[in-house]
Parts: sequence; structure tokens; C-alpha cells
Amino acid sequence: MTWNELRGVALAAAGGVLIAACGGSGGGSSGGSNLNIAFLPKQVNNPYFDTAASGGQEAARALGGQFKQVGPSEASGSAQVPYIQTLTQQHVSAIVVSADDPDAIAPALKQAMQKGIKVVGYDSSPAPDARNLFINQADLQGIGQNQIKLICDEIPGCSGQIGIVSATSTATNQNAWINFMQQTLQSNPQYANLKLVKTVYGNDDPQTSVTVTQGLLQAYPDLKGIIAPTTVGIAAAAQVLEQTGKAGKVALTGLGTPNDMRKYVKDGTVKEFALWNVKDLGYLAYYVAALMVQGKLAGRSGDKFTAGRLGGYTVGADGVILLGPPFVFNSSNIDQFNF
Amino acid sequence: MAGRAMASSVDRAAGSGVERTLAVVGRLREFGILVALAGVVVAVSLLTPRFLSLDNLGEVLLSISLIAIAATGQTVVVLTRNVDLSVGSMVGLVAFVTGDLLKQHALGVPEAVLAGCAAGLALGAVNGLVVTAGRVPAIVATLGTLNVYRGLVFFIAGGTEVSAIDLPPGYLGIATARVVGIPVLILCAAAVAGVVAYWLRSSRTGRSIYAIGSNPAAAEAIGIPSQRLVFAAFAVSGLLCGVAGVLWGARFGTVNAFAASGLELQVIAAVVVGGVNIFGGSGSVLGAMLGAILLGTIDNSLTLLHLSQFWLQAIDGAVILLAVGADAAIRGYVQRALRAQGRR
Amino acid sequence: MNVLARRETLLVVLLALFIGLGAVLSPYFLDGTNFADLTDQLMERAIMALPLTLVIVAGEIDLSVESMLGLSSALLGLTYGWGVPLWAGIPLVLAVGALGGLLNGLLVTRAGLPSLVVTLGTLALFRGLAYVVLGPRAVSRWPAGFNAFGFGDVPGTLVPWPFVVFAVLAAVFAFVLHRTWIGRQLYATGKNPQAARFSGIRVARLKTALFVLSGALSALAGVILTARLASARADNGQGFVLDVVTAVLLGGVSIFGGEGSIAGVVLAVFAIGVLRNALTLADVTPDVQSTAVGALLIVSVAGPGIVRRIRSAWSDREVWT
Repeated sequence: MTWNELRGVALAAAGGVLIAACGGSGGGSSGGSNLNIAFLPKQVNNPYFDTAASGGQEAARALGGQFKQVGPSEASGSAQVPYIQTLTQQHVSAIVVSADDPDAIAPALKQAMQKGIKVVGYDSSPAPDARNLFINQADLQGIGQNQIKLICDEIPGCSGQIGIVSATSTATNQNAWINFMQQTLQSNPQYANLKLVKTVYGNDDPQTSVTVTQGLLQAYPDLKGIIAPTTVGIAAAAQVLEQTGKAGKVALTGLGTPNDMRKYVKDGTVKEFALWNVKDLGYLAYYVAALMVQGKLAGRSGDKFTAGRLGGYTVGADGVILLGPPFVFNSSNIDQFNF
Repeated sequence: MAGRAMASSVDRAAGSGVERTLAVVGRLREFGILVALAGVVVAVSLLTPRFLSLDNLGEVLLSISLIAIAATGQTVVVLTRNVDLSVGSMVGLVAFVTGDLLKQHALGVPEAVLAGCAAGLALGAVNGLVVTAGRVPAIVATLGTLNVYRGLVFFIAGGTEVSAIDLPPGYLGIATARVVGIPVLILCAAAVAGVVAYWLRSSRTGRSIYAIGSNPAAAEAIGIPSQRLVFAAFAVSGLLCGVAGVLWGARFGTVNAFAASGLELQVIAAVVVGGVNIFGGSGSVLGAMLGAILLGTIDNSLTLLHLSQFWLQAIDGAVILLAVGADAAIRGYVQRALRAQGRR
Repeated sequence: MNVLARRETLLVVLLALFIGLGAVLSPYFLDGTNFADLTDQLMERAIMALPLTLVIVAGEIDLSVESMLGLSSALLGLTYGWGVPLWAGIPLVLAVGALGGLLNGLLVTRAGLPSLVVTLGTLALFRGLAYVVLGPRAVSRWPAGFNAFGFGDVPGTLVPWPFVVFAVLAAVFAFVLHRTWIGRQLYATGKNPQAARFSGIRVARLKTALFVLSGALSALAGVILTARLASARADNGQGFVLDVVTAVLLGGVSIFGGEGSIAGVVLAVFAIGVLRNALTLADVTPDVQSTAVGALLIVSVAGPGIVRRIRSAWSDREVWT
């Protein structure tokens, strides 16, 4: 009996090795005139990324290409790796990715690039050597300064303790913004009386964001303001402030979508918050990826190109393309937008 | 381990004197948690007086109210010598489905709440069927349904989430409402615990549940329909997870397919810490409630003392091990004492 | 004996079915590189299934494997971040894995606690410690050689390095379980612990050793996963326990102990890996895939019992006529 078993296992193993050894990896025909571009956001089921995806779809229609979006349900760097490997196996023409962890996905992205797949970052950049280009939605320093200015405007006397509700602890974009926020606080005398006491991470999960915000308020009862530079985080923080009756006593600002924030702006929980045109971000990202696949854009610093309805752009240093300036929403303009 | 089980069934058969002694021990166990709870409260209030504020204490009770409801159901299951690992998935599924029904304006608030509870009952019934008719051990069965139900939420969600702004204020209001100053959520948890505790102690079915857990063979011998009762236990757990799920949606508003992931660990920790014997047959809903409060207090103190939230899961695990270890030690001592007594 | 042989045939059929499913669902499935990738992604779970087989055969269970994986990944990241070279960090992490297993073993054998609850507790404890060690951070910069081990293949072939590790371990485990007195003792302990003790088997020592082995190999799996994902994180391996337990039970090991084979478990591990891969290429998300695996788990345990009852009811009918 045992001998039969061992024989069975040996056969199975031999079979497996044979299949693996006859490495008939289908010829890498990625690119050419076939535009098959996939978006890989930090996480799916996130309204922010869904809006960007709609922009990507619009560009796909304009260019006659294909669009699909895949990604992990939970924002985590290592969770994105299997998706990159799958997309590589599926021979897509380009991957447009927002990185949960810039270094964790680098080896997988480099493998994809070696197979001829173009990699364009958007929203949150992968490691610079693991992507061809990066679409930055807004100047990093500008966002940092903007967020501090907004919270200062909302706190009477611009003095007191403030906290940050962020996304995941490894996210490139949030960490860059938080970095510039801290720099702004230290270097600008106008904000000398504001003290950043804690940064908590809601992982872009609504429940976790609610829980960490509650914890922040409990741990620092004298907190005067919260900055939440992530759409999931600011929505959760607004909800918590309302539920605990602290709306108006603790100022709140951050980066949010008009639809999520409309109610809170109207009732005063949030006076102002910022964002950019998320749909345009997705549109531009798809366009740039498509131009690269078609060989019309090499991606060197100084290269100029036209991105459909968005007009002309120039590639900046380090392969970064800037979408445009951030936009501040408040009660006077929020009704003009629907996303 | 088999040796100990045999000894305990002999003891049970020995008569009600043994039962009474163990009931006293059981109550001692609850007294023990009360002492531990008092100890933690005193220690924390010395370190940060803010802990004792009415506001904060209310916050603690509120934060564990949903766990308490699920723990009540879990107690019934554990008493029958089973375990229900699918708790988190059931709560999440009900929370999402209830929210989704309200978001699509398919049902009014009261009907959606009933639908959610019914869904929970159905999910629990499936668990019960797999364990009784399928003869699959509860760990395996509920590990399986944990994943099947969670996958179901993802499938139903299909890439969407339910946002707080999509929900009628009547529903969200449940979580913020108060009656005579006490939050409705806390009252719900207390009511549920009270009803189930009464049922377990005073009704024949309730006492049969204890019998199945402490000595399944003897229970069968005297004609207790154990299969049906085990099924009922899982159904009750499902129903209460349904209630918790409905309230979860009201409390958190924005619910995605991940809702309540991992809840089962906190629920089982509360139950085990509360003195409910994982081997079945002894323990109480009161104990589970105290266990939930103790763990909630530890969680709250971490926040107040500015300690990292990351200690919480490690503490939960350590507490489970300590509680079960203490239980086994006490039980062993009692059995040795009783056997010695029997010999005299 | 006969049952086992039939279980393995069933598994080969299942494997073939899943391969067929994959071919139907996606044109990219039947491809050497794809099989190499799916094997590479499977190996951590496969490695953890080996000691778990022995644990369950001996009548216990270890749910904490995925958390020890996470803890070892976090520790490796922490020490590497401090500048400890990998040739020192990896053995350290393996030692910690063994210690964790020792904790499980002692609580089960010396304190007499049920392994279900103990390992449920350590499932939480080890994962919690992983978070205490590394927090929400990730350590993502590793030497190229390390990544190449987790990611890459034996030069000249499509065989991933982790598979080589697994194949060696599987051969050793198969030999020990099926050809040595240790294996015989394990089966005896699982079938009847009382009798085993009376016949002189050092049950406590045996079981403790099994838990230590489980802990150490889970730590090894953690090292491999870290290399493969190029990322040390506290939440690495979360959710793996489902696949590992399913593989062992689907592979024919009885949850009550005393029965099972390594060959069956190996086949079952690949069946699950192929199923997940087929569904992934068809863009089915991992969480929905877990529904299939969860259902597979239930069916694999309920199935034989139901079949047996139907069969005996049928043969009873024949007796009456």
C-alpha cells in the first residue's frame, strides 16, 4: 500500500515537473496596436478609485482601447503583488497602478516591464525604477501646505493639538503629504502654536477608520483639529464627529469627494476640504499609458504630448507628470460637482 | 485528556451533590472575573482618572455592546460542546445586506431590521445542519462557513459599499438613540443577555443544553434530543449575530464587504474569559458578559494610556490562554477534591 | 487502506477537473510559466500542511500556523531593518517559531488544555505579537538574492526554488510517517490515546515535538513568503489557515486522528492551488475564491460520512428484501 502511494506521488511529481519544464510560455505579444490596459488601484470598492476608473474608461472609449480594473479588497502592498503577476500572465499592454507600498510591488513590476508591459503610476507612486511614468495628481509640497492652511483657518486662534487620520502606513502619497505637513508646521512661524500629536492609520477601511478616529478622540480629549488626507478617512472622521457630538468643536479637513462631504459641509462639520478632479486623473493615466504602448511617448523629461480633452502636458523630472493644482471645496461651490 | 473526560462523566452520574458543587464553582468563576475586572479598573483609574468618567464608562459599554450580543449566542453554542467560528462573517453579511436593502429603498426600516434578523437565523440554521446532519465537527464546519459566508458578502457587494449617506436617518438613529439616558445599543445587549440567561436557567430546553454539553452520552440515554438542540443552538447564535449585524450597520453606517472580519476571535475570547467551559456543560451568559466587559475595559485603557492598539490582539490571545488554563486548573482541583471526598 | 487508495484516486480526478476548469476559464492557464507561478505562490501553505498532517493524525490540531508565519515575517523584517544579516536573522526566526510551537505543545500536553482552544489563543497571540513587533509598517528592501530565492526559478528550468524546499520536506515527512516507528506511534496515538499511553508511547513528548515542528516550519514558510512578496509585514499569511486545514482534511486525514497520508495531502494542496489559480485568471477575487475552498472543506469532511450512511442504508435495504 505504501509503495503504491509513493509511486503515485512520484508520478504526480514527475508530471508536474514535466509541465513546468516544457516552458511553453506563450510569446510575449504585449502592446502593438492592441490597447489592453488594466488599472490596479490600492484597493477596489473604493469610490475614489472608482471615479478615477470612470475617467480611464472614458479615455478607453475615446481611443478605442480596452479597460479593466482589478485589485485587492484590502489596501496592502503585498496584496497587490499577485495581481501584478496575474496581469503579467494575462499579457496586458500596460498596468496603471497606485501603490500601497512602493517597494513591495517593485520586483513584480520590474518583471512585468521586462516582458514589455508598460507601467504607469497614478495617485501613489511605485518605486521610481519600477515604473515608466507617474501621474501625480498634485504637487506634494503644495498639498502639505494646503492641508495645514485649511486646518489653521478652521481652528479659532490657530492653536492647539491636531491629529492625522491617514490611510495605510506605507502609502507613498499620504506619507509624502504628511511629511510636507510636518515640514510646514516646523518651518512656518504662522503655525507655531499648532502641535501634531498623533497620526493614526485607518487603512482606507471605513470601519477601521471609524475605530481609529474614535481612539484618537479618546486619547486626546483636548484635540482641536483632525486632518484626514484620504477620502475614506475624512468620511469616517466626519461621521464620528457627528455621532459623538463633537462636530464644530473639533475642526476637520482633509481630502474628500464632494458627494461624500456635501452633507457635512452643509451642516458645518467640515468647512473646507481639498481634492482634484479625480476623473481627469484616471483619464490622463489611461491616455499616457496608451501613448506609451503605441510608441508615441517615450517618457523622457521634457517630452511634450497632448492628452485628448485635457490638452497639452510636459513630462517633468523623474518621469513625473503633474495633473494640476488642488481644488478647495466649500459650501459656496460644492453643489457644482457630482463625484 | 480522554481520561479526564471519563472521570468527569462518572462524577456527573454520581449525583446532584456534585452538580451543586460545580455550580458553586461556576459562580466562583464569575466572581473571579468580577475581581479581575475590579483590579483592572482600579489600576487604570489610578493611572488615568479620566477612565472613571461616566462618559468614558458609557463608551466602554457601547463599544462592546455588539460583541456582547454575539457572545450571548456563542455561549449557547459552546455550552453544547461546540464552537461557532463564522460569527464575524454572519454579522458582516447581515450588516451589508440590511444596509443594501435600505439603500435600494427596497424595504422600510422595521422590515429591513426583521429581514436582517431572519437572514442571521437562516445562516445559523445552515451551520446547525452542517454540524448535525452533515456530522462535520463544529470547528471544521464553521471554519468552512466563515469563508463561504464572507465570500457571499463579497459576491453580493459586487464591488460596492453601503455609505452612511445612503441610509435613512431612522436606521442610523438606532445607534445614537438613548432611553432614559442609556444608549439603545447597551439596552439591546442587556435585554438579549437577560432573555437568553433566563431561558438557559429556567426552561427545560435550557437545562438540557447544559446536560448535552456536560455528558452527551448520558443526555442521549435519558432521551434528550441532542441533535435537535445543537441545531437550535447554532440557529440561536445565527439569530443573535443577525441582531448584532443589524445594529452594526446602524452604528458604523458605511459598511463594506469586510465588515466585522475577525469578530469571532473577540467573541470567543469574551466567552472563554467569562468562564464558559470550552468542553461544554458549564458557564453562564453573565460570565460571558463580564468577559466582554473585561476585554473592552482593557482595550479602552490601552487607548487612554496612549499605548499602541497593536497590543490588543496579543492581549486577547494571552487572556484566552490564561483563562482556559485557570479553568482547567480549577476543574482539575475540584475533580481531585471530589474524588477524594467520594473515597471517604 | 482501501479507502485511502480511493481517496487518492478521487484527488487525482479532482485535480484533473480543476485543470480542465482552468483551461476553459482562461487561455493563459495551460502554460508552463503559469504553473510555475501558481506553484511558487502555493509553497508556503504546502509547507505548513506537512507538519499539520502529523499533528492531526496524532489527534490534535494547530490553528496558529498562519500567525506564526506572520510573526516570523515581522521578526525577520525587524531584525533586518536593524542591520542583522539574513544568515543570522533566518535561524533566529526559525528558533522563535520552534519556541512558539513549544508553547503550544506544553499547554496541550502538560496543562492538558484542548489544542483547539490553545491554538485559537496562540492564533491571536502570535499575530498580535507580530503587530507589536512591526506595527503597521512593512520592510520592503531586501537583497536581490533573497528575492530571487522567493521569486525565481532553478536556473535553466521553470522550477521555483521554494518548490525544491517543499519537495525535500515532503519526501522526509512521507518517509517518517509511512516508514518509521515514529509514524506508527503517531497513528496509534491518534486512533486511541489511552491505549497508546499504556503501550509505552511517550505521547506527551511526541505531541510536543509535533507542535515544535509545526511552529518551526511555519516560521520557514514566513521567511519564504517574505522573500516571495519582497515584503515583511505583520499581516503576512492572514487567511492561510483555511487553505492549509482544507488541504489536510481534503487529503484524507481524518479530523478525529489516526488516519491519513502525505501523498493525499500533497495532491490536495495542489488541487486547491490549481483551483485558486484558475479562478484568479478568470478575475475572481480571492475572497470569493475562499467561498469555494470553504465549501470544499465542508464537503470533504461531510462527504465520506454521508456516502457511508447512504451505502449502509442501501445495503440494509437489500437485507430486508
